[in-house]
Amino acid sequence: MSHDHSLNPETMPHEPEKATLEGKNKFLGFWFFLGGETVLFACLFGTYLALKESTAGGPTTNDLFGLELVFIMTILLLTSSLTSVYAMYHMKNNNFKKMQLWLGITAVLGFAFLGCELYEFNHYIHEYGFTFRSSAFGSAFYTLVGFHGGHVTFGLLWLLALMIRNAKRGLNLYNAPKYYVFSLYWHFIDVVWVFIFTVVYLMGKVG
Amino acid sequence: MSIAATQKRGFGAVLWDYLTTVDHKKIAHLYLFGGGFFFILGGLEAMIIRIQLIKPENDFVSAGLYNEILTMHGTTMIFLAAMPLLLGLMNAAMPLQIGARDVAFPFLNSLGFWLFLFGGLILNCSWLLGGAPDAGWTSYAPLSTTSPGHGVDFYVLGLQISGAGTLIGGINFLVTIINMRAPGMTYMRMPLFSWTTFITSILILFAFPALTIGLFLLMFDRLFGSAFFDVGLGGNSIIWEHLFWIFGHPEVYILILPAFGLFSDIFSTFAKKRLFGYTAMVFATILIAFLGFMVWAHHMFTVGLGPVANSIFAIATMAIAVPTGIKIFNWLATLWGGSITINSAMLWALGFIPTFTIGGMTGVMVASVVADYQYHDTYFVVAHFHYVIVGGTVFGILAGLHYWWPKLFGRILNEKLGKIAFWIFFTGFHLTFFIQHFLGLMGMPRRYWVFLEDQGLDTGNLISTIGAFLMAIGVIIFFYNVVYTAVKGEKAPDDPWDGRTLEWATASPPAHYNFKQTPLVRGLDALWVEKTEGKGKMTPAEPLGDIHMPNGSILPFMMSFGLFIAGFGFIYQVNYTWAYIPLFVGMGILLGSMLIRSLKDDHGYHITKEELEREAD
Repeated sequence: MSHDHSLNPETMPHEPEKATLEGKNKFLGFWFFLGGETVLFACLFGTYLALKESTAGGPTTNDLFGLELVFIMTILLLTSSLTSVYAMYHMKNNNFKKMQLWLGITAVLGFAFLGCELYEFNHYIHEYGFTFRSSAFGSAFYTLVGFHGGHVTFGLLWLLALMIRNAKRGLNLYNAPKYYVFSLYWHFIDVVWVFIFTVVYLMGKVG
Repeated sequence: MSIAATQKRGFGAVLWDYLTTVDHKKIAHLYLFGGGFFFILGGLEAMIIRIQLIKPENDFVSAGLYNEILTMHGTTMIFLAAMPLLLGLMNAAMPLQIGARDVAFPFLNSLGFWLFLFGGLILNCSWLLGGAPDAGWTSYAPLSTTSPGHGVDFYVLGLQISGAGTLIGGINFLVTIINMRAPGMTYMRMPLFSWTTFITSILILFAFPALTIGLFLLMFDRLFGSAFFDVGLGGNSIIWEHLFWIFGHPEVYILILPAFGLFSDIFSTFAKKRLFGYTAMVFATILIAFLGFMVWAHHMFTVGLGPVANSIFAIATMAIAVPTGIKIFNWLATLWGGSITINSAMLWALGFIPTFTIGGMTGVMVASVVADYQYHDTYFVVAHFHYVIVGGTVFGILAGLHYWWPKLFGRILNEKLGKIAFWIFFTGFHLTFFIQHFLGLMGMPRRYWVFLEDQGLDTGNLISTIGAFLMAIGVIIFFYNVVYTAVKGEKAPDDPWDGRTLEWATASPPAHYNFKQTPLVRGLDALWVEKTEGKGKMTPAEPLGDIHMPNGSILPFMMSFGLFIAGFGFIYQVNYTWAYIPLFVGMGILLGSMLIRSLKDDHGYHITKEELEREAD
């Protein structure tokens, strides 16, 4: 068919993610989706701020949080955002192998972040008896941070599916928007984490 | 139904076609039938409410059942009738109005519909499985968190699933309007209905996530033992009210703005005039949407947020009357001096103006904080929101159905039946709800199961119930009209109303690719521009060529079905361990379908130029 040719041109256009109408639609639609996600997280942040003092006699933010681990997690996730930028840079230069490599590094950093988070939750539950059900603060904390963790998990599964599916055939105008949209999602997760780091952890220790 | 192309095929083929369709016109049919079905259910619930209140201390239904019925009436009418019917009209008309071949994400369009349908089915399954939700459509905590049984759980899961569908629909329409307008169709040449679809989609995008979170918190409290609304563990039930109304107030503009848009189109078509103050209408729409986000606390004046918060929200609320007033006067000015045709669509539109204006006036009354302490939770409020939602949205949907029925189904709804239905419904509506203002002022609280004799409420309630029966008769005549038209209605020409906008420049019903050649738009009211210049049809913007079309898919149905099954798992895992089976199976179907969608390339197909040339004109 004619569009096979149009999806695999001799030279890739400058912005392969926006070269087709479908790509343009995906790009814009995903930005809108992230707009909705922003409201979603804003509501969770609002709920958390309203309930963070409601510890019902249990441990407080100051008792629980250790900034060392959170600092490591922040570095891991921020770096993974940077590596996904490198991946997109190589996508625009039509260098598929290097793009996959940098996405692979992104995935490794993402899993490391997730591991730290699981360790953190496990620590709170077993060392402090601080659970989802122990107080309104507990519910709000695990829901906000857990929603973010859930987004990271989903993003990692999505990334692996993309990388494995396209490993053998390389880049074309059909999958370029998919990769690009994933990188948008990954940046968004990163931005949300910056707010979690500030509002939950820093304000929990200092505020 | 009378879709010429489907008549030759067997029932199975038609069913499969609709299960897998990604065509916005067929999805519009699905939305209209789904929404129509739930409209009948919600209507029956309304009739039971009015029969129960026909006389003092009636015992037609028990107190508990009454709570379930009033909850389900509100929830069904808002989420499962009004919204899908509007989404159906948007799907039917908007892509045609902007000269697009389909929406931006046809697959997601189908997914949005099936999510809505399965969400609605979950909600209504509660009737058969131990009782419906009974905490009101607003489900305030702690009433909702302590409500026994699983009723409220069905509310949470049903609305969560159908809400996801609506959000998807909103994003889809936004991208469609931004990226897929025909050449020359600038923003300020879009028909008002496309404009209001656009603004409504923005409201959906930014309002629904608040409901999503509210429902998650309620779900976690009820099903997983969290403590968001449990005061004993430091929770705060006001959070629910905030989240619900941060969603809920934009929601009422999601319901009314599309109606505003289609009334604008109808007035200018049947007055044979350019819409008066087109630019002002567009900016009034934007202003209403903008203000609509910052007035949610006027639903919470009696919560005790304090005089400063209450004053700010009261003033913001009253400010909305200004852009709405601009709209009312522009519609009147459009009619002024026009060459007016009065048919069924126009009757609903004309009936809307005084009805909605009354609703708007009582809206300004309840926006006044001091007075609201008297109105709050009385029948005055019930009368107010029925005047705006029925008088605005339902009148709008019926006007839109009469207006676009020829384009949707290729036949014209019977005019005589249409007019009879209007007059009976219109009379019944005012009989039902006008008197409720006074019942409310006399102190009758909303949501009460019975009222006492000789409190001055007897006659008013009797009149109200009589009116409700008239409304029911009007609706029955409308549905009879639908069946009658399907069987022996007259075939519609392409442009039955001497229309002004692009949807009338294509066949009735349109081919699945909408326009053989994308039209070139040369001004506001694109088709009218060509008519006034004596051509009468659109100039193509492109030579005849291959058309790229999306493939149909069963996956949206499967994803929604997976969530439907998982919903029961979530609800019953509280009582039974076996419920984890449907939970994991359902989520497996959902995620598996998503994975297939992600891994399997879907390039669509092309209709070749030769095929297009072969098709008879």
